[in-house]
Amino acid sequence: MDVEITLRVDGRDRRLSVDTRTTLLDALRERLGVTSPKKGCDHGQCGACTVLLDGRRVNSCLALAVAHQGAEIVTAAGLADGDRLHPLQEAFITNDAFQCGYCTPGQICSAVGMLAEAEAGWPSAVSSDFDADKVVLDDEEIAERMSGNLCRCAAYANIVPAIAQAAGR
Amino acid sequence: MRPFSYQQPADVAEAVSLLAGSPDGTFLAGGTNLVDLMRLGVSSPDVLVDVRRLTSDRVEELPGGGLRIGAAMINSELAADRRIRQRYPVLSQAVLSSASGQLRNMATVGGNLLQRTRCPYFQDLSTPCNKREPGTGCSAQHGYHRDLAVLGSSQACYATHPSDMAVAMTALGAVARSQGPDGQRAIPLTDLYRLPGDCPDRDTVLGHGELITSVDLPALSFGANSRYRKVRDRASYAFALVSVAAALDVADGLVRDVRLALGGVAHRPWRAIQAEEALRGEPATADRFRYAAAAELADARPLSGNAFKVPLAGNLIVSVLLELAGGQP
Repeated sequence: MDVEITLRVDGRDRRLSVDTRTTLLDALRERLGVTSPKKGCDHGQCGACTVLLDGRRVNSCLALAVAHQGAEIVTAAGLADGDRLHPLQEAFITNDAFQCGYCTPGQICSAVGMLAEAEAGWPSAVSSDFDADKVVLDDEEIAERMSGNLCRCAAYANIVPAIAQAAGR
Repeated sequence: MRPFSYQQPADVAEAVSLLAGSPDGTFLAGGTNLVDLMRLGVSSPDVLVDVRRLTSDRVEELPGGGLRIGAAMINSELAADRRIRQRYPVLSQAVLSSASGQLRNMATVGGNLLQRTRCPYFQDLSTPCNKREPGTGCSAQHGYHRDLAVLGSSQACYATHPSDMAVAMTALGAVARSQGPDGQRAIPLTDLYRLPGDCPDRDTVLGHGELITSVDLPALSFGANSRYRKVRDRASYAFALVSVAAALDVADGLVRDVRLALGGVAHRPWRAIQAEEALRGEPATADRFRYAAAAELADARPLSGNAFKVPLAGNLIVSVLLELAGGQP
């Protein structure tokens, strides 16, 4: 059963017809050719498909495209400002925060969303002052808040410092 | 995946009537569990009725100091809400200990309550499972059941309810409000979830087409002295082996009042009524906490591969209560 939808992807309006069963991830990759979000587990367990959906980080493999008519989607490919990389992209390069790179677009989108959540004062399961106004992103906080993104190369030892650098630590 | 039609009704009444006419249809909210189950073939609705924009998505004050949580509120916003953090920290902690940042941004409160078990056999079409296909048998009983139930199970099913949020809400005496073909009703969480008995395919008492619209948290004077602790196989992003949600009120060394619930041990979030009764009016000591935990767990009937959960639950109850007792001014 096909449905016409519009998505705003990395700043461009894209109109497409999708089967109701199509996930946002498949709509992006297979229908629109936006291959920056990756398909890892396709069960919401690895985070490789993470995009920013209306400003929030989500697993695009578990979202049905038809349920997000008119949504604004930002992928890792849409974070740069022309040739100027996003600070998190710069930090991942500076800190060598990847090996194979497959999880990297998801890691970076997730980190962008996570820093905004921390900026808004959202606590995490490891926050010592649970009701604090300001979140201090130490390594433990970063690891907990990024636990939805797996890296099978185990580049975590460089991912955490990259995010800490982008967070201004 | 079976083809389905996607419906976006204008209000709850229309959503309810749409499903009343679609026996194989179901509600869609955040989709984090449902879409996965559809992909696995465990769930195969022919109609999805999107309810994500139909109910409140915020926290409202109730007269008398309680809070009403809209069913469409996403988990991450619930956990971050200042009133929840200050008045019922156990609930905020429970939500934050569940899933991942991405999933908490998608999953709604109503959907979290109604997520299905993560028993591996329930999710594997190639194996018998009484919850997925009644009458086929339970593969877990003599199979892999390390994660499964030790309390309230039947020979038909050893599944556990996977939610952390629901465990905290159960401890807090939360009441779900619903609207269905027969009208509206209020269902305490302790009555919402069923034990498996001989029809484990039914997780809750909700009828077909009955939608949870909100969850009410009653005022709790000592709610600020509450805590959620979860034991799992990795430090983050895993389901509970055992979890404890507790709120404690101690005065002059005696337990004035207490709320206690366990997760990861039963087909439903387990309100520890026997332990609560064994504590009220008694000394807030490690000995008494141990006695109360043993009273609650006396009925545990573990399988060969999950007997460790019984002492684990007992120790966790004692540890959380001691922490809360020490935290009192």
